[in-house]
Amino acid sequence: MLTFILQRLLHGLAVIWFVATLTFILLRLAPGGPFDSERKLPPEVLANIEAKYHLDEPLSKQYLRYLAGIIHLDLGPSYKYLDRGVKEIILDTLPTSALLGLLALVFALMVSFPTGLIAAYFRNSWIDRFSLLTATFGISVPHFILGALLIWLFAVQLGWLQAGRWDNTASMILPTITLGAAPAAYIAALLRSTLIEALGEDFIRTARAKGLREDAVLFKHALRNSLLPVLTVMGPLTAALLTGSFVVEYVFAIPGMGRFFITAVTDRDYPLIMGVTLVYTALLVGANFLVDLCYAYVDPRIRVY
Amino acid sequence: MARSNQQKNGRVSDLLFTFSLVFVVAVAAAGFLAPWISPHGAGGLEEKQILEVPSLAHLMGTDSLGRDLLTRVLFGARVSMAVGIGTALIALVIGSAYGLISGFIGGNLDHLMMRLVDIFYGLPDMLIFILLSLLFGRNIGGLLIALGLVSWVRFARIARGQVLQAKEFLFVEGARAMGASRRRIILHHILPNILGPIIVTLSFSIPAAILAESTLSFIGLGINDPYSAWGTSWGSLAQDGWRAMRTYPHILFFPAAAIFLTILAFNTLGNALSDLLNPRGK
Repeated sequence: MLTFILQRLLHGLAVIWFVATLTFILLRLAPGGPFDSERKLPPEVLANIEAKYHLDEPLSKQYLRYLAGIIHLDLGPSYKYLDRGVKEIILDTLPTSALLGLLALVFALMVSFPTGLIAAYFRNSWIDRFSLLTATFGISVPHFILGALLIWLFAVQLGWLQAGRWDNTASMILPTITLGAAPAAYIAALLRSTLIEALGEDFIRTARAKGLREDAVLFKHALRNSLLPVLTVMGPLTAALLTGSFVVEYVFAIPGMGRFFITAVTDRDYPLIMGVTLVYTALLVGANFLVDLCYAYVDPRIRVY
Repeated sequence: MARSNQQKNGRVSDLLFTFSLVFVVAVAAAGFLAPWISPHGAGGLEEKQILEVPSLAHLMGTDSLGRDLLTRVLFGARVSMAVGIGTALIALVIGSAYGLISGFIGGNLDHLMMRLVDIFYGLPDMLIFILLSLLFGRNIGGLLIALGLVSWVRFARIARGQVLQAKEFLFVEGARAMGASRRRIILHHILPNILGPIIVTLSFSIPAAILAESTLSFIGLGINDPYSAWGTSWGSLAQDGWRAMRTYPHILFFPAAAIFLTILAFNTLGNALSDLLNPRGK
């Protein structure tokens, strides 16, 4: 078990290092600099700016400085927001994004588990077909379209909820649904198909034959065996929540990390882009690590090694 | 009872499949033929008809510059189709070659190559698209490369897994015993046997690419080339409509419907194909 944990940790660190290096290379190769503007700066001024941000040093030295910074959790200054470092910006905005992601995950789980269970138990009934159709819709609709539709319906037409705010519970409902819909649809469809498979197994017949109550058969025997595939997709789903979050933050004007990322890209604010990319990667690696741990907990075969 | 239910299910999904296939072909044709079938010429510009609601003359209305929205949506189909199919093909070529080589050679090289795939698989893909598009430029070619470079890993995994299975088939062993070269074994014996799962992956990566492109264009980080002969992406059209949504919802509605229905149709096709090629799932 300890070897397993260490192995996954090392793998996670490798991913973070890989992304850090990739981002560094990409942004150094990208045409156009952060200090290009309509008005050409005099060369002396440009040299001063470059010296201030160590852009005049050889690339290898910049790279090492950058890696050392990451290890010390120092993400450098922002090129655009002169009075704030990248770390401060991230610390300000990360809680908002994290709350949004967490709400969406909870929403997705709360919707998908009952739906998947009911659909699988009453397979081929109208309720099953309706859930499947809804799930296909949910997987196919892009965040920005669902978000726009919800805003148009509930904020513009009905006037029940306000869009473009993030300060009370009511303002969090639409963004949460928008971000959580696709994962909900995905988990529900997956749970349905694995449950149907599990319900056809011999051990279910045995459980029923020995007179177990139907809810015990469903929850203790079938569901437990269907959890593994669902756990497996939690990693990719976390990635989907993370990248979906900056579209949702854009659509609903939520002051989270994703919105800063989008403006940072248009501004070519390289340290901010690198910082946010690293934080997203670290979150993703962390989530995958947790999934691996849960995996080992649910499936005893993994614990052995 | 159960049987008639299944038959009914079969008929419903056949109908959905046919409908999706027709829709996808129609979108592709619309994109291809856009300059010829557009009712108001390639630009679709109409004087003094700004922000018209849908009517017989302008089936989808006009936008804030007086351009016929139907024309713009038809031209947008070119961008989406080109991005979807182009990306899927790039990913297919890179990924299958990578997976084939990795699985066929095996050993340490395979281990190393798959570690790299693991790393790629865990990356937040939207972020990487954006970073790569900074490098390759925000035009259709740059976007194709960026999307292709991120989406190949899925193909690599599938191809490798299938190769590992196919390597154990008796006919492959037979071919090897008869002294066939590696090249011949891969091309003539293994490749045809792994086509099924690869086609399914292909059919799902087209809508994924269309989704990614339209999302990037919507948040203003997609194709940035307003005078392109290709037309404007549906995502950018939706962005235009988004700004005017409260007063003129039709400008958002039609591009959004085009994006949603196209992705839905491709996903339905993918589901049907995977049922068809995987008889065990029935």
